[in-house]
Amino acid sequence: MEVATSAAPTALETFRMETRAWLEANCPESQRQSVKSYTDMYWGGKNPVFNSDDQKVWFERMLEKNWTVPHWPKEYGGGGLSKEENKVLKEEMGRLGCRPPLYNFGISMLGPALLKFANDGQKDHFLNLITAGKLWWCQGYSEPGAGSDLANLQTSAEDKGDHYLVNGQKVWTSFADKSDWIFCLVRTDPEAPKHSGISFLLIDMSSEGVSTRPIKLLSGNSPFCETFFDNVKVPKENLVGKENAGWTIAKYLLTHEREMIGGVGDTEQKTPLHKFALDHVGLENDILADTILRGDVAKWEMDDAIFKMTISRTMDEVKAGQSLGASSSFFKYYATELNKQKLELQMSLAGTAGNQWEGEASDEGRLPRYFCRTKANSIEGGTSEVQLNIISKRILGLPSK
Amino acid sequence: MALVLTEEQSMLKSSAREYLKENAPVAALRKLRDDKDEKGYDPTVWKAMAEMGWASLTIPESYGGLDFGYTGLGQILEETGRTLTASPLVSTVLLGTTLIKQGGTEAQKAALLPEIAEGNLLIALAAEETSAHKPTKIAATYTSLGKTHAVSGKKVFVLDGHVADKFIVSATRDGKTSLLIVNADAKGVSVERTIMMDSRNAANVTFDNAEAILLGEEGNGIAVLEATLDIARIGLAAEMLGTTCEAFDRTIAYLKERQQFGVPIGVFQGLQHRAAHMYCEIENCKSVVIAALQAIDKGSKKVPMLASLAKAKLGKTLQLVSNEAIQMFGGIGMTDDEEIGFFLKRARVAQQTFGDYNYHLDRYAKMNNY
Repeated sequence: MEVATSAAPTALETFRMETRAWLEANCPESQRQSVKSYTDMYWGGKNPVFNSDDQKVWFERMLEKNWTVPHWPKEYGGGGLSKEENKVLKEEMGRLGCRPPLYNFGISMLGPALLKFANDGQKDHFLNLITAGKLWWCQGYSEPGAGSDLANLQTSAEDKGDHYLVNGQKVWTSFADKSDWIFCLVRTDPEAPKHSGISFLLIDMSSEGVSTRPIKLLSGNSPFCETFFDNVKVPKENLVGKENAGWTIAKYLLTHEREMIGGVGDTEQKTPLHKFALDHVGLENDILADTILRGDVAKWEMDDAIFKMTISRTMDEVKAGQSLGASSSFFKYYATELNKQKLELQMSLAGTAGNQWEGEASDEGRLPRYFCRTKANSIEGGTSEVQLNIISKRILGLPSK
Repeated sequence: MALVLTEEQSMLKSSAREYLKENAPVAALRKLRDDKDEKGYDPTVWKAMAEMGWASLTIPESYGGLDFGYTGLGQILEETGRTLTASPLVSTVLLGTTLIKQGGTEAQKAALLPEIAEGNLLIALAAEETSAHKPTKIAATYTSLGKTHAVSGKKVFVLDGHVADKFIVSATRDGKTSLLIVNADAKGVSVERTIMMDSRNAANVTFDNAEAILLGEEGNGIAVLEATLDIARIGLAAEMLGTTCEAFDRTIAYLKERQQFGVPIGVFQGLQHRAAHMYCEIENCKSVVIAALQAIDKGSKKVPMLASLAKAKLGKTLQLVSNEAIQMFGGIGMTDDEEIGFFLKRARVAQQTFGDYNYHLDRYAKMNNY
């Protein structure tokens, strides 16, 4: 869907032309291929690991342009781009297939929360480190007893005057074993009702008493860890917002996490599903040889095409000053369910070849491993059921009792 | 183009909603049904609609129209979908006007379009021949009698067929497909009204060497018919969006009001999640309908694709929402006294009209070469 922009088309067109030319001249060829997994992405951090020279060159060129986080304010190392300009940049990067130069939960999740809730000193310090890719962040939310019921978290932070003493365990901490810092929800008031005793704390992972253990998943990968805190001292200046007011920040950040997960399809292969189907099943009498799967593929492609129109419509409504029609819960729910359906269909279309777990022919089981991974789409960041609860209560106004 | 309504379009929509709520609510359809009304629509309401300009929205100014566009007409149709209003909007405005605009000669446009704009002329498209939608499979034929022609064939599911003043008929001659105009009172035309489950007008029409004139040029029947049907599919999808939204709103209101086990039934998660899922599908329906309507007005090449997307998506979603509405209303939803059943009945007819879900799924796949 093309969506016309109302703001100064000529200036924006110039920006588009310049951006296109710059990207074509500066984005190395190898950085124009879709990422196969998180190991292809550059995550930054204190001990940066580039998996190729091109990746390094691309990151450094984009950093110089302040385009690691193009839409953040310039004072924090962002590009200061307007919404429209940022959209143009995304479109132009999408056109060439340019990978984002830097992936980081500091950008997609923590940053928006800091911009809204942190004090000036924290913003200045942490946001600049994030845009420069100097810190690898992980998220300390879930606990063994606090999944969908996140507010039930028990990790404690005891007031010891100049510092908090943190004890407890987090789970599903993405890349905790590689991270430099963690943004964490902790209980600072055990007596208060569960939502009112929570604070938002930033913790240096190299602090004494922090340890991690990777969790092996269905896909064979281990991007998630358990993270343990054993008498960890955390300076009070690392508290974001007010003590015991962390739940508001947590919810705000979850909105951004939902949007990020809602965009799961974005970094995956752009090949239309029916092309995949044709490659694996072929044509017979001018239609896909498996006529039942043909119907399923068409249904999926229609739903996907229409869902993308809803994304455009929502952006247009916001631009036109109308209130947000659809919530992030809707996008998170629908996008993740669509992505799961897509991989189910690809597994069906690929047949037994799609079951190969190892070996070069299967690219080390790329399809079945990704298939397994997508099952988490509708669990992480709030399950589909939690999203449906939110829609029922907040949008439809259905009663709780 | 941004996927939002202009101020004028929004105003038209809200004034239509107000008018229809007052003058053509679901109760009016019930009355037409119970009275076994001969016309099957209310001519007073139709006259008022024409006076408000609803019949002129898609007619160019040079033919006495408002040239307001299909996005505007879509808003009216959406509102008539909420009230289940029976009127010649689909037969005469959505189909008739579009056929004449797309295929008619200058003289035909000048003669017919102003009459439609005034609300004086009702048109019915006689295209379907089987109970499955196959608009290009045509058994009806015509012969040339020099200046005029003669049409023979049997057409089914002719919307507003028993009240129309003129038919536009698809027929073939020597491998050429054309559209022909036949007066309803011409010799050789016999009309049998069919009472449908949605209490809206349809008829079986037989032509036996009925006198006809060509609509525009000979041989361009398929092109004009396909282009018109795509626009009609999108317009009907807009109507179905209104029906879907209204059935959903009524269901949500009922979930909040109906008490069982001492609580409103809306507290039950078994119902909440289904309601939330419907909300998501309806959001998507809104997007595809506005995108498709705007594509017509832009003259976009994507209209056929969007027509199939819109008709399929709305068909599937209206089916879901009308079924869930009945289930969630429970026993009361099964009674004729409760209006929600009218939405289920209209849903099933609208789903079939201009191609059902499977038809458009297949067409979409073909358009993408698989």
